[in-house]
Amino acid sequence: MRIISSGLADRVGEIIEASTAGFTVQCYELYELPPLGSLVKTRDGELDIYGIVCHATTGSLEPGRRPIARGKDEATEADVYQSSPQLAKLLRSEFSALVVGHKTGESINQYLPPGPARIHGFVYQCSADEVKEFGRSLAFLNMLVSAHLPVAVDEIVPAALRLMSQSQEDPHAFLVAAGKELAVMLGGQFNQLRAILGRLK
Amino acid sequence: MTDRLGVVVSGSLESGVEVKLDGSVSVEDMAVGRYVTIEGQRQRFFGMITDIGLGVIDTRFTLTPPDITDPFVSEVLSGTSTYGTLHVLPMLTISGDVANLIEGPQPVKTVPSHFSVVNLASQADVELVFGGEDEKRFYVGTPLDMETKICLDLPELVKRSNGIFGKSGTGKTFLTRILLIGMLQKSAAVNLIFDMHNEYGWAGTSEGGRSVKALKQLFPSKVAVFTLDEESSRRRKVSTDFVVRIGYDEIEPKDMALLRQTLNLTEPAVEAIYQLRRRFGRDWLRQTADLPDSEETNELLKELSIHESTFQNLRRGLATISRLPFIAPQAPDNAVTRILEYLDRGINVVLEFGRYTDITAYILVANLLTRRIHSQYRDRMEKAMGEDTTKPTPLVITVEEAHRFLNPEVATRTIFGTIAREMRKYNVTLLVIDQRPSGIDTEVMSQMGTKITCLLDNERDVDSVLAGVSGKGALKSVLSRLESKQQALIFGHAVPMPVVIQTREYGSPQSYKEFFAAGEVEGGQRAEKDIEELWG
Repeated sequence: MRIISSGLADRVGEIIEASTAGFTVQCYELYELPPLGSLVKTRDGELDIYGIVCHATTGSLEPGRRPIARGKDEATEADVYQSSPQLAKLLRSEFSALVVGHKTGESINQYLPPGPARIHGFVYQCSADEVKEFGRSLAFLNMLVSAHLPVAVDEIVPAALRLMSQSQEDPHAFLVAAGKELAVMLGGQFNQLRAILGRLK
Repeated sequence: MTDRLGVVVSGSLESGVEVKLDGSVSVEDMAVGRYVTIEGQRQRFFGMITDIGLGVIDTRFTLTPPDITDPFVSEVLSGTSTYGTLHVLPMLTISGDVANLIEGPQPVKTVPSHFSVVNLASQADVELVFGGEDEKRFYVGTPLDMETKICLDLPELVKRSNGIFGKSGTGKTFLTRILLIGMLQKSAAVNLIFDMHNEYGWAGTSEGGRSVKALKQLFPSKVAVFTLDEESSRRRKVSTDFVVRIGYDEIEPKDMALLRQTLNLTEPAVEAIYQLRRRFGRDWLRQTADLPDSEETNELLKELSIHESTFQNLRRGLATISRLPFIAPQAPDNAVTRILEYLDRGINVVLEFGRYTDITAYILVANLLTRRIHSQYRDRMEKAMGEDTTKPTPLVITVEEAHRFLNPEVATRTIFGTIAREMRKYNVTLLVIDQRPSGIDTEVMSQMGTKITCLLDNERDVDSVLAGVSGKGALKSVLSRLESKQQALIFGHAVPMPVVIQTREYGSPQSYKEFFAAGEVEGGQRAEKDIEELWG
């Protein structure tokens, strides 16, 4: 089995729920969430599964046990956490990622892997080089656009593209190419296209 | 920049194919009349852009237009949601298969398959289609926005009658001059030019009033200028070779019949001419004009059953003719013989009309001379066929204001109508120059081998020029969008496909020099001298 060279610094959490189309990850540290739209990956044997962060939550570890307001006598928000150190353990941040492709050997395929990711699989934030490599093809946009997500596609797509463009040599050209791809995909949905393009700038 | 324009998306052989432009190609860079190649799966097609359009993927774009002041949005949308379309008429296949290698580009019989890539035609492609300049091909101009030379196969051109059309002031005369020089240099034909406005013999003027050299100045040993008006020629300092005089006895009833409209003759008057010819013989015109108003005359008229008013009508017409200064009771020399002499020696003849630009004079003289020359040619040709001797040199007769000779009413009667219809059987063809092609008999138009047309904007003229051409609708849009100067659409026998040209330059010392360079050495030094004089 290949050893993933990325250090702990890139590791953001562990999968706690997985399906063919996506996985949910609990972060190791409270609030240490990867940004919305960023590219993450996990390993499954020989397979690297890529996902795009499409939704994130922070809440109580136990369902039904809601946090209570604690800061009445504190000067700053940070003081709240300082005076109640257990908070970091009682709360946790989670995010879900939409599977947008996988890597077998050296080739990146922008379609679904044969099976879902494993529970407790480590999830890493992709490096700039990996993002750049992934961004060579824009086929993943189709999965993103047609997915049913808790957050509107009009938000996720621009967020993902904006982040991805930062790793490209020519961010503008990348965005234009992606925009064109979207214009074709959303030929009949003029308003959605307009909303996405408006957020891409 | 790549030359890729887009892909074929739909179409038919009849109407041409629709091409969706790539996003990187601006619709504003396209131009109607430009050439493209289409890379089909098995064949390469060569075609012309005949229309340019705009398309949107969703009609809502047209209702709530996106904000294209934002460069990003406009860049994204162009070529995807909003795109340009081209209408391309495939004309030829230029693939390297056997037929193409042997016989050159073939006319299209099918359309390229879906999504075939469309490229801007390269210089090499255009050259492949229109050929380079050689001993037969003559450079007439360049395609729009290209440097390639478009060449006409002149020996092929003169095999049939041809037409040059265009509104007044669109460059017909310049084009004709270029073509005449070409024929003079590269075809085995000789020209007889009826030069109504004295523009082809010695010198002409450009639209800007600049004087330009004409044939005789450029090729003195190959061109003879005949004149009807010696005085005018002398004043214009033209060295003429012969002064044409026409004797009364040379005018035949057929010549008069043609003048019916211009002389305002009635049908019975024309009939009367034939009767008088029978009565008086060759000298009918003089004798008729000299008939006194006497009892004897009345007797004669009664005998010939010519009505008095008809006779008066005829007399008025004859008076108009006899007033023409070049008409003499006795011609000192036979103009037809002289013209033929020159033509036989391979010398082109330009007949200047001087001040007699009156259409009566033009029709009369052109028709009279041509009929006799044609009949001589016919005799010789028949003799040549019978005795298997050399055929006479092909002759091209250039006529201006052609609709006067070739309108449906007289086309069947004039010699020009006959020549146009029987074509090259007797080695005589026409070069017809006209600004109202709709006035020309459709039968004559249909027999023309190659048509060269400058801008025409009258619907009927356009229709008549394009009658019977495949892809007429498409060519129509090209034709009506020609620039009003120096641009012409050529189609027919001498070119493999219709082509819009920017006519080559004519009138500068450099242009004269180029003519010599392409043809022969003669005069080359003179042109050089001109350049020196010009630049001091």
